[in-house]
Amino acid sequence: MDLFEYQGKRFFSSYGIPTSKGEVVEEVAEAVRVAKEVGFPAVVKAQVQVGGRGKAGGIRLVNSEEETEVAASAILGMDIKGHLVKRVWIEHASDIDKEYYVSVTLDRGSKDHLILISSQGGVEIEEVAESAPEAIKRLHVNPIDGLSEDEARQLVADAEIDSQARQGVVETLLKLYRAYVDGDADLVEINPLILTTSGKVHALDAKVTLDDNAAFRHPDWEDFRAAQELDGREKLAKEKHLNYIGLDGSVGIIANGAGLAMSTLDVVNQVGGSAANFLDLGGGAGADVMAAALEVINTDENVRSVLINVFGGITRCDQVAKGIVDALKRVDIQSPLVVRLDGTNAQEGREILANYGSDKIQVEATMIDAARRAVELAGEER
Amino acid sequence: MAIFVDENTKVIVQGLTGSQGRFHGLRNRDYGTKVVGGVTPGKGGSDVDGIPVFNTVEEAVVATGATASFIVVPPKFAPEAILEAAAAGVSFIVCITEFIPARDEAMFYNILRRNYPGTRLLGPNCPGIISPGRCNIGITSGDIALAGGPVGIVSRSGTLTYQALYELSQKGVGQTTCVGIGGDPVPGTNFIDCLAAFEADPETKAVLMIGEIGGSEEEKAADFIKSNMSKPVVSYIAGVTAPPGRKMGHAGAIISGSQGSAQAKMAALEEAGVTVAANPTEAGEVMVELVKSL
Repeated sequence: MDLFEYQGKRFFSSYGIPTSKGEVVEEVAEAVRVAKEVGFPAVVKAQVQVGGRGKAGGIRLVNSEEETEVAASAILGMDIKGHLVKRVWIEHASDIDKEYYVSVTLDRGSKDHLILISSQGGVEIEEVAESAPEAIKRLHVNPIDGLSEDEARQLVADAEIDSQARQGVVETLLKLYRAYVDGDADLVEINPLILTTSGKVHALDAKVTLDDNAAFRHPDWEDFRAAQELDGREKLAKEKHLNYIGLDGSVGIIANGAGLAMSTLDVVNQVGGSAANFLDLGGGAGADVMAAALEVINTDENVRSVLINVFGGITRCDQVAKGIVDALKRVDIQSPLVVRLDGTNAQEGREILANYGSDKIQVEATMIDAARRAVELAGEER
Repeated sequence: MAIFVDENTKVIVQGLTGSQGRFHGLRNRDYGTKVVGGVTPGKGGSDVDGIPVFNTVEEAVVATGATASFIVVPPKFAPEAILEAAAAGVSFIVCITEFIPARDEAMFYNILRRNYPGTRLLGPNCPGIISPGRCNIGITSGDIALAGGPVGIVSRSGTLTYQALYELSQKGVGQTTCVGIGGDPVPGTNFIDCLAAFEADPETKAVLMIGEIGGSEEEKAADFIKSNMSKPVVSYIAGVTAPPGRKMGHAGAIISGSQGSAQAKMAALEEAGVTVAANPTEAGEVMVELVKSL
């Protein structure tokens, strides 16, 4: 789960990482109230989960109530790269002397935790990585040993952080590592971590991705989750425990297993079509799951045909076929279905579909043939 | 010969008394696997369809001489179960548990590496391993595999593994061992571990490797194949057109660089002399042709 900036700052605060005092609001009047409270100059920041909001005009500095009203009115409701701004974060504008970058994430290659730090923060860190890779220092941390204060101090010195900021950055780094581990984050990133003109170090932004698998340890994450914005279809899929990602093609995809689902997208593309979605049924594929999947896809207006690609292992194809037939009784499917069943009890499964005798269902023996048929049907319907 | 497990491997099932453990454990035994015991704390002394259940892995190992463990427990309990098995001297651990937090995976991976270098963990979140006709640990359906070799399979994806097994078996091409390494961020066993074992196994004549987008394990495997493998390798990478996965912020982008895309992986493998197929069916067909020419 990716947190909004204001949620990330709340997350950081709970681990003692200093952030600017501020509040998140949904109304212009509230924005003015908060700006007065935190004191001018203040910053009005759009809360969206997409980069480049500054360039899009989603971050504004304000010096008065009038300016706050103008800025908040402009930003609330703004569309930033397809993301509707529903909330703004208001905080007192900091007097920035220096900007740094710090992050902690899992390094899948070395299978340990990786801290990145740079004295050149505030800009796109990818650009720094391109133009001045030596300006980014790395430290691998073995999870058994954790991060010691000495290591943090050495890293901060290596990164050539200004001497008056070092103590503050070391403390922030130790807290950030703790937040990353104890908070079960996949990523914690502060860009920029600033040194103020009065010599204080604090986080001006917060990017946090939490590991959904660890939710059982964090009942408080429900608050974060409540504000997450999924489109209607993704929400429906999530409720039904389906692994769904919406795309913009015309062939709806249903497969069992993430690998097979990805592979199905590839094959549809190879035969000249485009997928409307990625949908992994997961382990089981009984009637309930299949009905849910068809229901989700049915709400996508772009879908012209649906390709169901199931390989039976533990999941038996006759059960899958029964699931499809059952689902068709419950869901009024708009598009034709092309079904490919292979593996355990595939023959029985195909017979069940044939006996059902619906002109909505076409059965193909191989993945390629099924993809071709689905793409043809998607074309014919247009 | 086969890699990692064969007809002599004695297996205990941690979580045998649960519904999943019972289902898969008994299925593995029916296949011919030597399932010699189960472990469920508090249920020692009972049995599951004649298989004795012990309270601890240590008791089970002492009583049965098991060297392998099949872990089928919920994510909350899996890390402890893995470390318990390693501490009891189990040398091959298969963990199929899905949804284990990444923090826990990184921790037990490093503990195993530091304290139990002789223990191999397969998974978590993997379908398991099957040496057809000899041993099946995990959730792979035994009847889609064909004994006798000469192909070794290693795969990150469950259903694509089954697909590969099935395509080869349908055409009469058998397998020595099929290893599902799983797609989690910190897999206990990686492509290179399996490729090295297949290279050393005299019965394996060719290897089918199925990868997917994300991470850099396929690129590393390509380097290994280039410098260490004499046996031919056929590969398929899923996800050429997949939507970009969850982007791990800027930090993730920096770590992976240009690596991780299907195109980068396919190019690296081709450069290493691997035949890269466009889809799983084609990979099967290419392998069938290749085996004919051996």
